[in-house]
Amino acid sequence: MTLAALAAASGPASAAVLADQGLSDTERAALLDGMRGRLGEMRDAIARGLASDAKSRTGMVGWNAKGLWEAHDALSAPLLKRVQAYAMAVNEENARMGRIVAAPTAGSAGTIPGALIGVGDHLGLDDEALLLPLVLAAGIGEVISKTMFIAGSTGGCQAEIGSSAAMAAAAVTELLGGDAEAAVHAAAMALMNTIGLVCDPVGGYVEVPCVSRNAFFAVHAVSSAQLALAGLRSFIPPDEVVQAMASVGRMLPPELRETGEGGIADTPTGRRIALEMAR
Amino acid sequence: MSLLDVIGPVMVGPSSSHTAGACRLALLARHAFGHAPHEARFVLHGSFAKTARGHGTDLALVAGALGAAPDDARIPVAFAEAERAGLAVSFTTADLGDVHPNSVRIELHGRDAAGAERGLVLQGSSLGGGIVRVFELDGFRIEFSGAAPTLLVRHVDTPGVIARVTRVIADDEVNVAALYSARKRRGGEALMAVECDRAITPVAAAYLLHLNAITWLRQVPAVMSASSDGSHIASATAEVVP
Repeated sequence: MTLAALAAASGPASAAVLADQGLSDTERAALLDGMRGRLGEMRDAIARGLASDAKSRTGMVGWNAKGLWEAHDALSAPLLKRVQAYAMAVNEENARMGRIVAAPTAGSAGTIPGALIGVGDHLGLDDEALLLPLVLAAGIGEVISKTMFIAGSTGGCQAEIGSSAAMAAAAVTELLGGDAEAAVHAAAMALMNTIGLVCDPVGGYVEVPCVSRNAFFAVHAVSSAQLALAGLRSFIPPDEVVQAMASVGRMLPPELRETGEGGIADTPTGRRIALEMAR
Repeated sequence: MSLLDVIGPVMVGPSSSHTAGACRLALLARHAFGHAPHEARFVLHGSFAKTARGHGTDLALVAGALGAAPDDARIPVAFAEAERAGLAVSFTTADLGDVHPNSVRIELHGRDAAGAERGLVLQGSSLGGGIVRVFELDGFRIEFSGAAPTLLVRHVDTPGVIARVTRVIADDEVNVAALYSARKRRGGEALMAVECDRAITPVAAAYLLHLNAITWLRQVPAVMSASSDGSHIASATAEVVP
């Protein structure tokens, strides 16, 4: 399925994603049960992450989510704080080698729970309301993965966090009543504004900048949903945006694709951490 | 690929490609080997070579060789588990050629049920999001992904073997999703990898193994849906020993 076809669906985008899977009733029920399980796992990871300040293996992260969650809400923006804290909670669990749901990857695992569960909790919604939007998120990820590998080592961080933000943006849009066109364009706008992001983890560890990046891109997804729900659309057709991201991914040198040899990893401090951890 | 592979797997961090994918590749090797190995050598390529420690790739590979799925809580303590299980592990890096940056060669050694020393060499890549693909087994260029139960058959390259094998699979009412076959030389050793919609019955597997042209057979379960509760094992006969 193309994003154009998905955007043209008459009902909710998640229904079109489900129909496209060609599942029997039993398989469909199993898929929804599986997604329900994924939501539960995401919630568990958020709860563990918000409660823990145990350091990661390198000591670079581990207290950010809890710190933010317990901090004074300086901006009087509870949704913002919730989305950021949930996203980092999941990725700090990930950095501690805790149990998470790759969505679509482990390094980007906080974005969808941060945005989707964050908005759901902010509005006091039941988890059951998040189920079909999560299916839509998976559908968007599936479409992207047919064009490019969703891995920092092949496409840079844009392939991971860009995909997760696009998936989350579509999910939040549907959760808030957006139609298929709005949801797909939310995904496209999130993707378009992530193109070029490099994968430059300090020392090769999925910690810096990964943990804070999930907070930023969970918010990015919510921003995109806000624009799409207000009627804004991606000027470039969504499928072409995905093609552009894949093309940029191929242009990225290896140093900026998860090798830990460029960008923020290749700073004096980044290099020092890499050396210390290698000992 | 299922939507549950996109939102998933449920896994121990920190990286779907470098931790979960690595674990799955080693788990595929473990199932293809079919015995408890006493030695595992891992040759890391590209990004795997450069960032293995940071991503826990080393721990995940060892855990997979021990039979653990990506959500297994033993992954962070895999080295201690290996020591307890009597598994010696080693890591080196090498250029495996024109392959995906997240690639690894896994060499397992151990004794079979009869006490004979056996070995297996599997090469595969982790493509992102926990998706993996094996591209070489024991020097044969074949492919399988672990998304479906996979029948591995070593045989002598003679006319009709592939037809024979697929006939038995068909009689078992199992649908073939993909089939790869490779041989070392004409009339020499050959290997086929048959990805099926479900595993063939133990009786069908035993029948295949008794054929003269077939020298070795394994049923590798769908590790894509493997979890630490072991539920994936029930749907597959991981090992058929003559």
